[in-house]
Amino acid sequence: MRKIEAIIKPFKLDEVKEGLMEIGVKGMTVTEVKGFGRQKGHTEIYRGAEYRVDFVPKVKIEVVVAAEMVAEAVKVIEQKAKTGAIGDGKIFVSSLEEVIRIRTGERGKEAI
Amino acid sequence: MVNTGDTAFILVSAALVMFMTPGVALFYGGMVRNKNVLATIMQSYVIICLVSVTWTLWGYSLSFGPDVGGVIGNLSWFALRDVGLTPSADYATTVPHLAFMVFQLMFAVITPALITGSFAERMKFKTFLVFMILWSTLVYSPLAHWVWGSGGWLAKMGALDFAGGTVVHISSGVSALAAVLVIAKRRGHGKEQFIPHNVPMTVTGAAILWFGWFGFNAGSALTSGGLAASAFVATHIAAAAAGLTWLITEWIHRGKPTTLGAASGSVAGLVAITPASGFVGPVSALIIGGVAGTLCYLGVMAKSKFGYDDSLDVVGIHGVGGTWGALATGLFATVAINEAGKDGLFFGNPAQLWIQFVSVVTTWVFAFVMTVIILKVLDATMGLKVTDEDEVRGLDITQHSETAYNL
Repeated sequence: MRKIEAIIKPFKLDEVKEGLMEIGVKGMTVTEVKGFGRQKGHTEIYRGAEYRVDFVPKVKIEVVVAAEMVAEAVKVIEQKAKTGAIGDGKIFVSSLEEVIRIRTGERGKEAI
Repeated sequence: MVNTGDTAFILVSAALVMFMTPGVALFYGGMVRNKNVLATIMQSYVIICLVSVTWTLWGYSLSFGPDVGGVIGNLSWFALRDVGLTPSADYATTVPHLAFMVFQLMFAVITPALITGSFAERMKFKTFLVFMILWSTLVYSPLAHWVWGSGGWLAKMGALDFAGGTVVHISSGVSALAAVLVIAKRRGHGKEQFIPHNVPMTVTGAAILWFGWFGFNAGSALTSGGLAASAFVATHIAAAAAGLTWLITEWIHRGKPTTLGAASGSVAGLVAITPASGFVGPVSALIIGGVAGTLCYLGVMAKSKFGYDDSLDVVGIHGVGGTWGALATGLFATVAINEAGKDGLFFGNPAQLWIQFVSVVTTWVFAFVMTVIILKVLDATMGLKVTDEDEVRGLDITQHSETAYNL
């Protein structure tokens, strides 16, 4: 089992979600985050003073998939989230030790 | 003889001015960080309660009571003794004395509230309460007496201040300067960025201020009629002109016109027109407001030049705006608008400008020195600034055990 974390541009969320559901991903968790990489922030002006705002709003998607599905899921996210401009984001894949469905007590791949 | 039109007008004006203090609360509240918004609002709001009581007990008597040496009123009107429904012989002679008293009460309330912007986000609440009582009694009442009191020495000298350019704006602006020099800066000032957390709240506050200012200036005519109408119009035009010139200045200087700038500019115009509102015509008001917009923008820039932490620009807007307005009164006043006034320099009477200058300098010196003394005493006895830890956690939670937004 693998966990895929993807930091993407907020307006790409719907496309990525649709794309993942189409290949059989059943659920996901989404958080609003802020961060920066190579994409610079912006400047705001209040009472004549300039303020640099370094953090850019992003969305983080977390999905858990069976190991066999990782390549396909990652490809979908890459395709759907890409704009070609700086700030498109990153995808992180990590191994998962255990997955449990709380309602039924299922463990492992059945719980995904 | 009580005139019902005048009385209705004064009472409504008093209500409008009352509304300005919550307006200040919102104007300031939106500009601080969200961990301090309640504390900021609370400072203005509690003043309504606090100063209303002290005014009723001794403030009104000291400010407008029977004169002692041109310097202060006595305490014979303590707890409004002898202040009843019969019009005063000296003030607003066509309305019940109580109506005049309560109108003035609202001015006494909003003036200290203006100062709170300078030390926003860092003052201990208990010390703040004591400071407000002392400031209102020892700074506001004497000044009000000098300028508006019967027998007050600045009034006898002929200083013109229709609605409070010196008594309200210069005094609060200069006291704010004193405060920022005595109270330590906010932690992180100069390194961290303090961004307004809710500009819509600030604009709402500014709108309430503009609305209420009609009561502040037009109400100061103390009668319902031509003079009130003239002051009303002058007030509005100055606010509008200043909003535009601040925006234009900002646009040229920083490349973008901001909402906060539009709100701040119009407030600056309102400040500037306050002493002149009942003495000048519409075109003069246009100029006074127009100049105020740019001048106060530059006044706010001065903060970074001199490095003082005037959190919400009380000095730049009220200090600078009030000073310009008081001097502009000496330029643009004309008896054609108000026979009870004087002519200014542009209408053939240069002497008035000098009188205005004296009243401005007097107010500057008195307010500054008194405020420094009061704050130094309070710092030594009670402490002015919150602890570092409280400052980082935020005043809302540490001073008031509240969080503003539990979304």
